[in-house]
Amino acid sequence: MRIKKNIAVSDTGFLFNPSTGDSYSVNPIGMDIVQLMKLNKENDEIKKAIMNDYFCDDATFEKDFYDFTMVLRNYKLLDDE
Amino acid sequence: MSKPKYTIAVTGLNAIDSPGPGLAIIRGLRDAKSFDVRIIGLSYEALEPGIYLHEYVDKTYQIPFPTAGQEVLFERLTYINEQENIDFLYPNFDAELYNFIKLQKQLENVLNIKMVLPTIDQFEERHKINLYEYGLKHGINVPKAQPVYNTFEIPAIANQYGYPIVVKGKFYDAKVAYNMEQASQHFNKISTQWGLPILIQAFVRGSEVNVCGIGDGNGHLLGAVPMRKLYITDKGKAWAGITLDNEKLLEITKNMVESTKWKGPFEMEFVKTVEDEYYLLEINPRFPAWCYLTVGAGQNQMEALVNLAMGGKVEPFTEYKIGTMFIRYSNDLIVDINEFEKISTVGEL
Repeated sequence: MRIKKNIAVSDTGFLFNPSTGDSYSVNPIGMDIVQLMKLNKENDEIKKAIMNDYFCDDATFEKDFYDFTMVLRNYKLLDDE
Repeated sequence: MSKPKYTIAVTGLNAIDSPGPGLAIIRGLRDAKSFDVRIIGLSYEALEPGIYLHEYVDKTYQIPFPTAGQEVLFERLTYINEQENIDFLYPNFDAELYNFIKLQKQLENVLNIKMVLPTIDQFEERHKINLYEYGLKHGINVPKAQPVYNTFEIPAIANQYGYPIVVKGKFYDAKVAYNMEQASQHFNKISTQWGLPILIQAFVRGSEVNVCGIGDGNGHLLGAVPMRKLYITDKGKAWAGITLDNEKLLEITKNMVESTKWKGPFEMEFVKTVEDEYYLLEINPRFPAWCYLTVGAGQNQMEALVNLAMGGKVEPFTEYKIGTMFIRYSNDLIVDINEFEKISTVGEL
């Protein structure tokens, strides 16, 4: 799962899709996930990094990560569609 | 090296809720690096805000409405030219363009006033009524549309396209109808204001994206900036917008300019579907009111157009800044009644 290359992400969690002009705000965890995706990290690596930085159990991460990527997919921000 | 100073006349000073492009063009001209300007405003009505914006417009003259005809317009421009020695003229209203295109040679040969405009054939061919055939001819997707002269003709077309349909005036206005009753209401309202025929167009769902550009008349695209409307007023005008990174849209625009050998400024209005297909809704044969965004994004297209007419070297723009936004705002000008009196009675300010 890759985020589109042209998606710009700021340090404040502002995402901009230059193809559509749409912009979004993500919270700090979302921003961390998007930044890791931009670095082409695999899902397992993202999970490890997030669970290292945030207090969270396996099941909660899996569920929330799935939800978050569904949102990214719906907004056509992922490359795998 | 000293810069030339041009006297440039501009119409479309009506910076209102459905604004003319005049003030945006003037801002672009005042930002020009290659020349200095004296701006002459050409107005139709005494309440056009640009008349009173003296930091933008040096002097304004009233001109006759387009319905007065070409002869009267030429006479008035002759008088204005005697006072101002105009180098270049920017007509900006669809309704006045026909007269200016027809007068183009006369204005250049007799008064030495230059303009860069589409030919009369280019102007006529892209009319809303002809747009579907235009799309077929130039390989551009255009929603199917048929002209109608009576509401009785609508059900057959609606059956063919399926509701919703778009009811459009031949010059201006477009409304979406979800059933026959709404279609009849829109037909009556729009035809009363803008005449017949009315255009019944298939509805295409998607987001509105526009391109502002210029063609050199030899098939070369000199500049193009795609923009998506972020906020649309109840009159369908962009109140905010953002420049896009969109190769497909630029390709369609380049093909249109190559295929038609378009000369002058233009705005192409598209709907982008969720399947990433683009449908052309309209070609405006002039700069749009949001054209100052092109300057903000690094393409001073208004400056380039003047240089094209004046024989200066014009290199095509190759890039623009993606993610540049414009946000329109309204403001209240405080005006002395003496100024209003002067433009109303003498026709000059």
